[in-house]
Amino acid sequence: MTTLTKEAGAPVPADADAFLSVRDLHVSFKTEDGIVRAVDGLSFDLERGRTLGIVGESGSGKSVTNLTILGLHNPMFTTVEGEILLEGQELTTARESELEKLRGNKVAMIFQDPLTALSPYYTVGRQIAEPYMKHMGASKKAAWERAVEMLGKVGIPNPKQRAKDYPHQFSGGMRQRAMIAMALVCDPDLLIADEPTTALDVTVQAQILDLLKDLQQEFGSAIIFITHDLGVIADMADDIMVMYAGGAVERGTVNEVLRAPQHPYTWGLLNSMPRLDSDPNAPLAPIPGTPPSLLNPPSGCRFHPRCTFQDRVGGTRCVTEAPSLGPDRSSACHLTAEQKRTIFLEEIKPRLHQRP
Amino acid sequence: MLRFLVRRSLGAVVILFLLSIVTFLLFFGMPRDPALLMCGKTCTPANLENLHRVLGLDKPIPEQYWIFLKNLVMGSDDFAQGPCPAPCFGYSYHSNEQVWGTLMDRLPTTLSLTLGGAVCFLIIGLGTGLIAAWKRGTLVDKTFTAGAMVISSMQIYFLGPLALAILVYQTHVFDKPAYNEFTENPAAWFGGLIIPWVVLSTIFASQYTRMARSSMIEQLQEEHVRTARAKGMSRRYVFFRYAWRGSLIPIVTIFGIDLGSLLGGAIITEYTFGLPGLGRLAVESVFFSDLPLLLGVMLFSATMILLCNIVVDAAYAFIDPRVRLA
Amino acid sequence: MTEDLVLPAPREAAADAPGEPLLVVEGLVKHFPVKGGFPIRRTVGQVQAVDGIDLTVHVGESFGLVGESGCGKSTTGRLITKLLEPTRGTISYRGKDITHARRKQLAPIRSEIQMIFQDPYSSLNPRQTVGKIISGPMEVNGIHPEGGREKRVRELLEIVGLNPEHYNRFPHEFSGGQRQRIGVARALALEPKLIVADEPVSALDVSIQAQVVNLLQKVQRELGIAFLFIAHDLAVVRHFSQRVAVMYLGKVIEVGDRDSIYTRPRHPYTHALLSAVPEVNVAGEDVPQRERIRLAGDVPSPIAPPSGCRFRTRCWKAQDKCAAEEPPLVRLAGNHEGHLTACHFPEEPTIEARDKDIVLDPALVALEETDD
Repeated sequence: MTTLTKEAGAPVPADADAFLSVRDLHVSFKTEDGIVRAVDGLSFDLERGRTLGIVGESGSGKSVTNLTILGLHNPMFTTVEGEILLEGQELTTARESELEKLRGNKVAMIFQDPLTALSPYYTVGRQIAEPYMKHMGASKKAAWERAVEMLGKVGIPNPKQRAKDYPHQFSGGMRQRAMIAMALVCDPDLLIADEPTTALDVTVQAQILDLLKDLQQEFGSAIIFITHDLGVIADMADDIMVMYAGGAVERGTVNEVLRAPQHPYTWGLLNSMPRLDSDPNAPLAPIPGTPPSLLNPPSGCRFHPRCTFQDRVGGTRCVTEAPSLGPDRSSACHLTAEQKRTIFLEEIKPRLHQRP
Repeated sequence: MLRFLVRRSLGAVVILFLLSIVTFLLFFGMPRDPALLMCGKTCTPANLENLHRVLGLDKPIPEQYWIFLKNLVMGSDDFAQGPCPAPCFGYSYHSNEQVWGTLMDRLPTTLSLTLGGAVCFLIIGLGTGLIAAWKRGTLVDKTFTAGAMVISSMQIYFLGPLALAILVYQTHVFDKPAYNEFTENPAAWFGGLIIPWVVLSTIFASQYTRMARSSMIEQLQEEHVRTARAKGMSRRYVFFRYAWRGSLIPIVTIFGIDLGSLLGGAIITEYTFGLPGLGRLAVESVFFSDLPLLLGVMLFSATMILLCNIVVDAAYAFIDPRVRLA
Repeated sequence: MTEDLVLPAPREAAADAPGEPLLVVEGLVKHFPVKGGFPIRRTVGQVQAVDGIDLTVHVGESFGLVGESGCGKSTTGRLITKLLEPTRGTISYRGKDITHARRKQLAPIRSEIQMIFQDPYSSLNPRQTVGKIISGPMEVNGIHPEGGREKRVRELLEIVGLNPEHYNRFPHEFSGGQRQRIGVARALALEPKLIVADEPVSALDVSIQAQVVNLLQKVQRELGIAFLFIAHDLAVVRHFSQRVAVMYLGKVIEVGDRDSIYTRPRHPYTHALLSAVPEVNVAGEDVPQRERIRLAGDVPSPIAPPSGCRFRTRCWKAQDKCAAEEPPLVRLAGNHEGHLTACHFPEEPTIEARDKDIVLDPALVALEETDD
């Protein structure tokens, strides 16, 4: 199923059935130091009701991609090229008023830090009621009742009273619940959750992740779940896309990517991460070097300066030619399918499975 | 909220008390003897001593201060010039008039000048600032920003005479600035103050333009503003409901400081336009080493500034529930 | 730059034979006053950040301190490094009471206890060169190493895996991971015996985190420096520490060797904490399922912590006794040597899945009932 022979840069044709389809997306920012190519030729599809986990480190372009879907980037400094199709509707060229109808309605977002992401000036109830009034045309009273109902659903005790509170009167976990209530108030088809549990304590994180999963069952939304934490992604996602330096390097189902990863970067992530069941006496195997500057990204494969498997590809292909990524289970790497399989089985897997 | 106001007011009283001590002491550090000034050209030592006694300057400083405080709170009938009801700052050495009465005479001028000017510069400054922020990066924004920059580098003693020369003496569009009682003739009150208002508000407005613009732009980048956009609220709604609320905090802070110091006396403006306000009174009292008047003006100005501070703090609580409920 | 960081297997003996006690903390308490009241502001309450904890760190040992926000782990670190003055309790270093030692008395000890901070951006002075930052502690303590300070700084840079030629660069020229290395080099400058590391890797990306963890481990093992490793990430702490203490609301609720805490925990909170860690199951089906415990709500306020056992308000086993009586931190029957638990009704020493999940969160209960 690999598409290594495909020519670099050729966009994959849009999947007609996909609910959300991103095609050859390029996002760049003008900064004082030059142009930052934050997303560089990204394509992916998402089906209704499924959860896509996007995993990557800071600067991988995972958050930018999702702000761009809703047109929340700053148009003054940002250039967007490519296609974003939501049920066939092109979003990159959509008018602001069109996007406003989608935001919070068909597509909702949850942000990382619920303290700064909720306005300190308005009550929690009002902030939840607002999009319901706007998109559903509900009266103030009906919207408020809906807000109270949603707060109850996400597990805020005594929601009738708490709706009148301000965000700073909520604890961290409760704020994120309120944020989830706000996102789901109009029953969206797509929920974009950008590191929704990173700012939370681990026991609260577990509650919120389960809550999101249970609510997805009830609301049937598709979810794009963005995180840097492979453990969280393993818990949440059906499919995974691994991003590095503005592009996707590997994709597949959770089991495929986590149990039989193909890309050296994914191997590196798995190997550098301590786990509760790994051998604590075996040293971690970090990825050498640091993520590249997107002002001046490396030529060819963007991972090549940190990749320890370049010599197996041979020649200078990694430096000169950018590997492409296929639409289904695939990885953007010049290693052959056979090489990927054997390297993982013989060199990576034994390390991962070391037991105390 | 009430507790907060009471606590702040008590604090303000303490500050005023300390300030009166400092002013009192400073006055006695001044190189000139006020009695000598009053004594005139044909001053004999006997006259001078008599004056010292009449003014109470022969008593030790702590006792003088104590008398001052007592008069302030309870009033006094001990003055040679006549009775002096509380709050009694005594009689001016120079004009022999009651200090409190003089202050009250001058207050309407300063109040009219300041409040009228403040209304103008708030409307103009915040309006242009909001437009510039809304149209950030466009020609409108750049024009407003550059204009505000140029104007804010000017001074009242440049802009004031310029406005007078052009609008009053050459074209006769407006009357010469003067203070007329509002209650007697509102039209004359307005006409006499229009030029000072325009000049004052031009200079202040330019600062508010820049402040409102930068504060709005900062707020528009806040995450909660992005959240509001992400849930489909219109740009206008987000601008005026979410960003505007937060940008008020720095604006209110600066406005409180500006208003307080203007109410305490807009010295340069009053001199430029020849308006008899508190600012002029302050300068005159220093000039004549007029201790009672000086103390009166100082404490009055300080009260204004402290009052504005309390109002600003109350405004914070009104704007931001985190302050209100803390 | 980083290849040399892949370490040989550690000396096995280290975990089993702790050395002499280096740092002993007894009954340590830190309360922060809460101001309020009317009309004059006064102290109306106490944030009981740390409320009576006992810890022992042995020579050359790495001791982990885990817990969620507000549990007092960072405050503990700052009390030990004397950045904060304790309210009560004693801290002794090599048998010497340093709890209230004054600057002068502390001087010789201060150089032996160093700290590494969380944020590699704000903890380095941006106006100083790296050389100046690292030699700073030597200057303050008037230490003149053989061959001069500059030579020593270059050595230190090499130890932490940075180019010694970068002596004259400024912090902003380095990435986050490299800055954290500079922080490590600074801590090493005085040849400390104990390093208190407060969340040293939590601000870093995963791939960089591993580099710094390996560096700290190398430093700890090769230079024999004892570590008090404070972190919220249970997997990182497990990887780094030989012994681990779990804190909740200002108390140590369980302490023991790594294996005891991570595979045979007794305190319900430790169970809940471990069960909450999201894990990548890289192996597939052949791993036993872990238990699933979902607590309700958040940690209560440390201003008015619950009476008795502080975890009781969120505990599924809580009974009247838990509210009335604070459980002592003791070795329970079946616990290994040195494994102490503060619980009246301890759990079975296993983390494997139970017959029925423990789900206390009302929203989850409601949603999961309708599912079935």
